[in-house]
Amino acid sequence: MSGAFDLILCLMILGTAGIALFVRDALAAIAFFIAFGNLMGLAWLSLGAVNVALAEIAIGAGVTGILLILARARLLALGDPVHSGDTPTWLWLGAFAACTSFAVLLAATVLSITPESGLDRVVAPLMPGLGIENRVTGVLLAFRAYDTLLESFVLLGALVAVWSLAPARAWPGRPAEPRMADGQMHQVAGASGRVLLPVALVMAAYLVWAGSDLPGGAFQAGTVLAGGLMLAAMGGAIGLPRSDRPLLRAALVLGPLVFLAIGLGGIAAGGFLIYPKGLAKALIVTIEYTLFLSIGVTLALLVAGPPVADSPVPDAGGNG
Amino acid sequence: MELLAPEPVSAGHIYAVTGAILTALGFYAFIVRRHALRQLLAVNVVGAGVFLILGGLGRGPDAIDPMPQALVITGIVVAVALTAFGAAMIVRLAEAPRSPDQGKAGKPDA
Repeated sequence: MSGAFDLILCLMILGTAGIALFVRDALAAIAFFIAFGNLMGLAWLSLGAVNVALAEIAIGAGVTGILLILARARLLALGDPVHSGDTPTWLWLGAFAACTSFAVLLAATVLSITPESGLDRVVAPLMPGLGIENRVTGVLLAFRAYDTLLESFVLLGALVAVWSLAPARAWPGRPAEPRMADGQMHQVAGASGRVLLPVALVMAAYLVWAGSDLPGGAFQAGTVLAGGLMLAAMGGAIGLPRSDRPLLRAALVLGPLVFLAIGLGGIAAGGFLIYPKGLAKALIVTIEYTLFLSIGVTLALLVAGPPVADSPVPDAGGNG
Repeated sequence: MELLAPEPVSAGHIYAVTGAILTALGFYAFIVRRHALRQLLAVNVVGAGVFLILGGLGRGPDAIDPMPQALVITGIVVAVALTAFGAAMIVRLAEAPRSPDQGKAGKPDA
């Protein structure tokens, strides 16, 4: 039974991916991409990786989908019809041949490797020392904390890169308001944004806390926060902040800096990013809460895009 | 079928092979599609394929390896950072010719 489910799910994944990649209309392509992301989430669930399923659906399908939809809308407003030009026959024939052989080679290689969860047996006995039970959180924040530390700076770097695309006269302004054009829809989004933002905050705080022992964690929670902020901004419930606001800057760097500070403090306990015995859980939870706040604000601003010149809407006082 | 494995195909292999096909499909679309936004979407599909290979090969008979899971979560976040930067750059390219503080830029298609 399970095998048939996996097979059908994989076919649906390939089908939605194919439509997302090759359908003519860009909006349809993005819609199918979001469906594809959700099916990928199901695939992760079926593999038993609930942490990844949460991240895939929230970030891979949700945030990426919004990013693409916003980019398409902005391109249309600029007069770019987002049509894919014609491809010369030799190019698609050559690409088809190359990619088919690539697929066969890769599939053969993949089939020659036996799937196994060897490191699970290595990680499991180490978990009691951390005081948490979610092994993925353990890998992310203890055994491979270095990766996660760098990743938090990558996210920050991406925001700096996006901001650096702002025209000189727009700096340091606000991003373009992602407002709904339709009046009624704007009201609906505003009303639900006002209700959902506190709910998102509570849910995100729970996801971080649960992430120690159950599926969840800072990245998933940060996305929930970012989603709440974006919806509230779309409905006009909160305004987007100026990019030079000190409080905003502080929220952006808080998580990575706290992580770095605790990592450097670990040198006293034996080395960079080593947690002192008995303090591991407290430090991990501290890192996760600050990281979640920074990730949420960073993701929301990444979606909003670079500052634009003369955005006429006054700030309603929220900055996340 | 070309599968000559002695035991029945495991769930891990099904997803890993799906990931391999997705990767190739994404590469193909990346080459053939002539609009940057569609190419950005294709890059995301390639990424999803790679993640699925990682996850599928980490799926043992009893448990799934936490190490590839953590790697994939890291990868998903880095992919969204890349997508955000790419989307911002594509929009900026489209508005470049009409922006007064920029020189004349080439047409942003292809």
